[in-house]
Amino acid sequence: MTPLIEAKGFGVSIGGAAVLRGLDLHVMPHEILSIIGPAGSGKTTFLRCINRLSDLVPDLAVSGVLTLEGRGVFAPETDLADLRRRVGMVFAVPIPLPRSIYENVVFGPRLLGIRDRSRLDAIVEKTLRAAVLWDEVKDRLGTSGTKLSGGQQQRLCLARVLALEPKVLLLDEPCSGLDPISTAKIEEALQELKPQLSVVLVTNNVKQAARSSDRTAFLLMGELVEHGRTAEMFTSPTDTRTNDYISGKFG
Amino acid sequence: MRIPPRAVHLTMLGFLWVVTLSAVATLAGIVGWVLWRGLPSVTPRFLFSMPEAAGAEGGIASVILGTLFIIISAVLVATPLGVGTAIYLVEYTRESWVTRVIRYGSDCLAGIPSIIFGLFGYVFFVLFLGFRWSILSGALTLALMSLPTIIRTSEVALRSVPQSFREVSYALGATRWQMVLRVVIPGALPGIVTGIVLALGRSMSETAAVIFTAGTVLPDRVPSSPGDSVRTLAVHFYILATEGATDAQPRAFGTAAILVLAILVINVSAYTLMHRFLARYR
Repeated sequence: MTPLIEAKGFGVSIGGAAVLRGLDLHVMPHEILSIIGPAGSGKTTFLRCINRLSDLVPDLAVSGVLTLEGRGVFAPETDLADLRRRVGMVFAVPIPLPRSIYENVVFGPRLLGIRDRSRLDAIVEKTLRAAVLWDEVKDRLGTSGTKLSGGQQQRLCLARVLALEPKVLLLDEPCSGLDPISTAKIEEALQELKPQLSVVLVTNNVKQAARSSDRTAFLLMGELVEHGRTAEMFTSPTDTRTNDYISGKFG
Repeated sequence: MRIPPRAVHLTMLGFLWVVTLSAVATLAGIVGWVLWRGLPSVTPRFLFSMPEAAGAEGGIASVILGTLFIIISAVLVATPLGVGTAIYLVEYTRESWVTRVIRYGSDCLAGIPSIIFGLFGYVFFVLFLGFRWSILSGALTLALMSLPTIIRTSEVALRSVPQSFREVSYALGATRWQMVLRVVIPGALPGIVTGIVLALGRSMSETAAVIFTAGTVLPDRVPSSPGDSVRTLAVHFYILATEGATDAQPRAFGTAAILVLAILVINVSAYTLMHRFLARYR
């Protein structure tokens, strides 16, 4: 099987300072890869390169290779809107747009020009069910997305991304502000989604990585220290720094 | 001896009350006085008939319509230019010396006395472009005067839209323009509308710039083309109050009352319309 995302010697610098160095990492279809590491290790930067939100950062330069489905992400011919539809992203803080739950979910499809009401209705139900939110909001789809609780907002953001049927889901510490029950619901949703897409889960929560991912990568100061099957890495890490981090000695 | 904090708190509270109250009372006093002196002269005949005897007799229908034509055309010209400039500055450029020059220029424009705008309008629109004293010359001059207000308020409003909304839009596959149109502008609309309403109010009450460019001739018929010369409400009031005979005074105050009421109506209706539009962005 060929990897969906592949980084080879991939590096990022911002204003001349290296943030990521020589990263070799891949994401297979239908797997959940978690990226762990302390603040400032380049996890979020890597994530934002995959959907080119990195373009918003002034003076950011990349080197090496980063491909999605075999095509260079930073190639000049990349259509950014199209790339971002194939690579959905959920941010650390839930960011519902100031409009109804319904309109939040169909924001992406509407950008594509989908107007047919029954089609939009179907998208809303399907994605809200996939994000384990449907039963809580099905009777009030017209109320504002900003009026939901934090955990519900984050699941709304998940549904909104799923509405574009992405190949990859990038999650940037999606549960950092959520209670354990909301976190469990998001993790449940991710497992259900695995047959359809790949997930890159950046998390500060080592236990979450252990619980919900197939493989784990450990980044430290912009370098990949170790990666491998989650079960093996958490039981017998090869690098002492990995061991120290996952056992809570630093981080 | 230390003054007890609670006493300080109560003194300050009282002080702030007095300050706020006097500010509001002054405002209400002025508006109330103008309405009290002016409203008795406001009759249907005053509103709907043409002026006679240099404004001492008859009504102000042609003045009201002339004012409306001028300020509406001014805002129609200034809004796309001003809001467009603000969108360009905020969404399409990174901060650089170019944006700083544009912003500095627009701030300088805001500080120029209106009579200088009038002089410019007179020399450029009235004489050079040959528009004469007309609704067109007056409206273009007022549009130039309104630009800095609209640019500045729109810019602040656009910047107040959280950056995260822009990131979310991009992440969901929006192009820059889709992001601006669907997320940023709705979020900034209250501020943009405030700027436009401010500009409308200032245009409406402007005298110096319109005397130079729209003229002072009191039309005895409804203005029918952009080339017609008009006298606006504010100018009409000024001329009646300073040059008119004593028997024109009630009509002067009637005009002032209409001016005040019109600005009030513009404010209320603009915000009502905006809230109706924004109801789906909550």
